[in-house]
Amino acid sequence: MMDSLILRTGVRILLPLMLLFSIFILWRGHHEPGGGFVGGLICAVGFALHALAFGIDAMRRVLKADPRTILGAGLLLGILSGFITVPTGEPYMTAQWVGGLGTPVLFDIGVYLVVVGGVLAMVCALMEEGGA
Amino acid sequence: MILTAILVIILAAAVAPTLHRVLPALSHWLLALVPLSAACWFATLVPGVAAGVPVLETTRWAPSLGIALSFRLDGLSLLFALLICGIGAFITLYSGGYLRGHPRQGRFHLFILAFMAAMLGLVTADDLISLFVFWELTSITSFMLIGFNHEDARSRRSAIQALLVTGGGGMALLAALVLMGMASGHCTLSAIAASGVDLRAHALYPAMLVLLLLAAFTKSAQVPFHFWLPNAMDAPTPVSAYLHSATMVKAGVYLLARLNPTLGGTEPWFWALTIAGGVTALWGSAMALRSTDLKKILAYTTLMALGVLVLLIGVGSDGALKAFAGFLLAHSLYKGALFMGAGSVDHGSGTREVGDLGGLWRKMPVTGLFIALAALSMAGLPPFFGFVAKEIVYDSAFSNERYLVLAVLLLANSAMVAAAATLFLKPFLGAPTRAAAHAHEGGLALLAGPAALAGLSLLFGLWTALPQGLLAATADAVRGAPLGLELHLWHGVTPALGLSALTLALGAVLFLALAPVKSLLAGVQKVTRIDHDRAWDCLLNLVEVLARGVTGWLQNGILTRYLTLTFAGMLALLGSTLLLRGGMSWPGMTLSVGDGLGLALAVLMLAGTLGALRAGSRMAAILSLSVNGLSVALFFLLYGAPDVGITQLMVETLTAIILVLVLARLPFLPAGADRPLPAKLLHAALAIGLGACVTAIMLSILGQPLPLDLSQFFGDTSWLEAHGRNVVNVILVDFRGFDTLGEITVIAAAGLGVFALMKARKGQGNRP
Repeated sequence: MMDSLILRTGVRILLPLMLLFSIFILWRGHHEPGGGFVGGLICAVGFALHALAFGIDAMRRVLKADPRTILGAGLLLGILSGFITVPTGEPYMTAQWVGGLGTPVLFDIGVYLVVVGGVLAMVCALMEEGGA
Repeated sequence: MILTAILVIILAAAVAPTLHRVLPALSHWLLALVPLSAACWFATLVPGVAAGVPVLETTRWAPSLGIALSFRLDGLSLLFALLICGIGAFITLYSGGYLRGHPRQGRFHLFILAFMAAMLGLVTADDLISLFVFWELTSITSFMLIGFNHEDARSRRSAIQALLVTGGGGMALLAALVLMGMASGHCTLSAIAASGVDLRAHALYPAMLVLLLLAAFTKSAQVPFHFWLPNAMDAPTPVSAYLHSATMVKAGVYLLARLNPTLGGTEPWFWALTIAGGVTALWGSAMALRSTDLKKILAYTTLMALGVLVLLIGVGSDGALKAFAGFLLAHSLYKGALFMGAGSVDHGSGTREVGDLGGLWRKMPVTGLFIALAALSMAGLPPFFGFVAKEIVYDSAFSNERYLVLAVLLLANSAMVAAAATLFLKPFLGAPTRAAAHAHEGGLALLAGPAALAGLSLLFGLWTALPQGLLAATADAVRGAPLGLELHLWHGVTPALGLSALTLALGAVLFLALAPVKSLLAGVQKVTRIDHDRAWDCLLNLVEVLARGVTGWLQNGILTRYLTLTFAGMLALLGSTLLLRGGMSWPGMTLSVGDGLGLALAVLMLAGTLGALRAGSRMAAILSLSVNGLSVALFFLLYGAPDVGITQLMVETLTAIILVLVLARLPFLPAGADRPLPAKLLHAALAIGLGACVTAIMLSILGQPLPLDLSQFFGDTSWLEAHGRNVVNVILVDFRGFDTLGEITVIAAAGLGVFALMKARKGQGNRP
């Protein structure tokens, strides 16, 4: 943990902005530059900065869920989104679209969650290693 | 519908732990309903399949790879499906009673139902790859089940042994199936059989055969791969009753029977199967006679039965295949009942040693009755189905004049009579022992299975018309042509009847003279003995020593060494390819004024590199390298790859954060602790060489005309077919989504791996 007033104040403002921005990047990814991977990285960086400023326990409290749970949920979502084709009889992972929403978006959300969970699992492990 | 049945069982497996937590007393009754209803559904298909019309079902899975989830139910598959679901229902019920109060009972239900689904998929799969996937799933779920008592070191060892032996066979199966697919040009079993391609005449036939036999013999525990099966009896009794008598060990037999029409009937097939089957049958008989533990006796008689089944497929005459169908059903019924009965005896009296058991009849009359019925079927006495099956087995061997086979069968069946007598007479009718004093009858859950299976053994014997249609269809499927099987309880006075009488007499002699027979067998085995378990351990040790040596040399824990080796390898491979294949070319390049920003970035990168080289501390080096990375990101933004640019930017940021976290744990570089000059020179040479090599490759690529058809394709179809304008992202999540699925799986594994490694270093019992 770094005891820096500048970092702390900055993170307080930055974290919500980065979260919003990451979701925005995830959402626009289908048409404009962006996507689940970058979005996930931005979100993870936001939380990692929070952990640097306030410590790992504070970050866990803000995050609510365990990074490993997020990771697993993302992977599950990614895998399951491909199964939506089963009723139509099309091959696994054939994209299904209803209006502007489609299974690739679901899959992208899965990628986002996996990246967030995976990176934060590493960050937690590294910080708890030294901090405890 | 077959797929639905499998999915429903998987669903039941998924909810089993939760259901058990909510309704601990009722869960096994509810869960048993699932396989039971599947069995009932399969039973309704019997008339159609017996009339010779198989059920076909196909779901597209990955058509681009030629893989489909296709299922096919002919007689053979249907018989297995009925056994799996029918016995499975009773096993689910039985395990509820057997493991009552066990803290991990819910998990047990999960495993056993998952295994059931895998096994059902295996016997109904028509597609080669689906077949392989289900085959592997049975190996993995059985690993979980054998190692269920994982606190026990022996259970763990047995589970790993079974997994490695059957998993190795699985690899061989994959290779065999791929070869079959390549040789025939078809990827489903039914298409290969119908195509008329004679695989037996193919140049790759020997390879296919050897690989296939490896798979089948390891799974069905044929000599010399038999050693894992008796060890696997460390599993809880419901597992032994289900996996190691009725279902999983018969998967290899199923495979041989299934492929008999396409690969069978040749000389090598005949000799390999008859020799392995015959030796397994005799060895199993001998070990069964020597054993004193109820479960071990049953395990070895199972080996014997598997040997006989393989032997019958190997002989391959019409009679032998009819006998195969009959004996398969008979054995599954009585062996399932006996295993469950033996488990109840263990449960009620606390021991399975024949020597410690006696006089149980008065304490456990109901269990005793069902064990007696099943044992009579096993001994092959009329009017049980075991008798009917044994008659056709003898009939087939006799009418083919294969007298050596006949002798093996006679010996094995006599041993079976003696084993059946051992199982029932002493424990139930012998003088009461101390263990019998507190013995008690199990509940309804423990009795239902033995009752149903022993009852069916009797019913099918008395009413042979009932199983006849299905068994005839089974024999037809194994032959690949109609055979016309007929079952009769009374054949008239035939040679087979005489052989049955001889078997009984011989069995009685073996039983009465059990002590001398045992010492005789012990003497024989002392001479011919190979300690398979010891050999197995040696093999494993060898592998471990080898792996340790290689790992110790390549990965000695010094990161610099890893990097040196990696970069040296890259340099050697890339450089030699570039030079030997003559890929070098020099593009005509011109610098324009518009490249001024790019030049500035290049200078910035050079400065960053120099800074990293001259840095006095790790932190300074990392910050200098960050200059490098950020300049690369700007390059991407500048030259029209914003997606890559943003990603590079974020990765750079994260790398800095993670490195800072790691660095905080490292000691400061002591002043003056520099590397020796030779190491420095080596590192410099490597770095400059690799840099030059990659630069040369990039320049050579620029010299080539850029193939545009892919970008053309993605540009054209991205919006029309995938409804997205960002081509990069559409490729990632749609066109090549499957690759991305693989990549996020890797990220997940890496994240969990780092987490687990750091936690493991911290010591045990310190979980967040």
